[in-house]
Amino acid sequence: MASGQAGAGTIDCLAMTKAEIAAAVQDAVKGLSRKRANELVDLVFETMKGTLGSGEKIKVSGFGNFILRDKRSRTGRNPQTGEPMEISERRVLTFHASAKLKEDLNRS
Amino acid sequence: MSSSGSTQKLSSELLGPKVRMLFEAMTKSELIDTLSVRGALTKARAEQVVNCVFETMAVAMRQTDGIEIRGFGTFKARARRRRGGRNPRTGEKVEIPAKMLPRFKAGKELREIVNASRAFAITGGDDGPASDDFDDEDD
Repeated sequence: MASGQAGAGTIDCLAMTKAEIAAAVQDAVKGLSRKRANELVDLVFETMKGTLGSGEKIKVSGFGNFILRDKRSRTGRNPQTGEPMEISERRVLTFHASAKLKEDLNRS
Repeated sequence: MSSSGSTQKLSSELLGPKVRMLFEAMTKSELIDTLSVRGALTKARAEQVVNCVFETMAVAMRQTDGIEIRGFGTFKARARRRRGGRNPRTGEKVEIPAKMLPRFKAGKELREIVNASRAFAITGGDDGPASDDFDDEDD
């Protein structure tokens, strides 16, 4: 993920950050200070974290679903050494993008 | 990967209300309600905030290198090459054009929070093939 694959088609400008979301929120919602916009954006992500942390998934229509999956323990390999190792039982988060988001990304 | 939606639908239709609870999810409108209460703002404004957050993230994926939310994760669009495929019904060869696919990778903190939630009920997504599916090519 870090390096991506061949990067064909990805525009090479910097990634956005939460501060820029807050700026967009401040523009979109009348009468918010920047500080307040920051707080609200934080609160959105904190709420999502709390929900996922209580074992509940999240569905955001028009964007995608955050799904939790329980994985059994399995034997994997250290990719560096090839040495077999036990990967413990765990719960992981996956994101399934909605059809709308996929369409939006491919609109030129 | 794509089977989970239909599995869940089937389960919630066939099984009783107790089991259905296991499949419950927070929806966008519940996220809006929660923001409205916790952030002490009207529902209408909370809705504007939440919609703006997700719209901005979509724009970020489309127009920039993606978006990184500290402690939460990274959203970015990845290119997928043009590839050949087949119409599963007719067996006819079709070409699937190159496209961009949205990807999300949970940040370390969120991964840990989620894993710690194993004490709670499972709310969807059965124990599928064990794979860390951030780098695979499926959709």
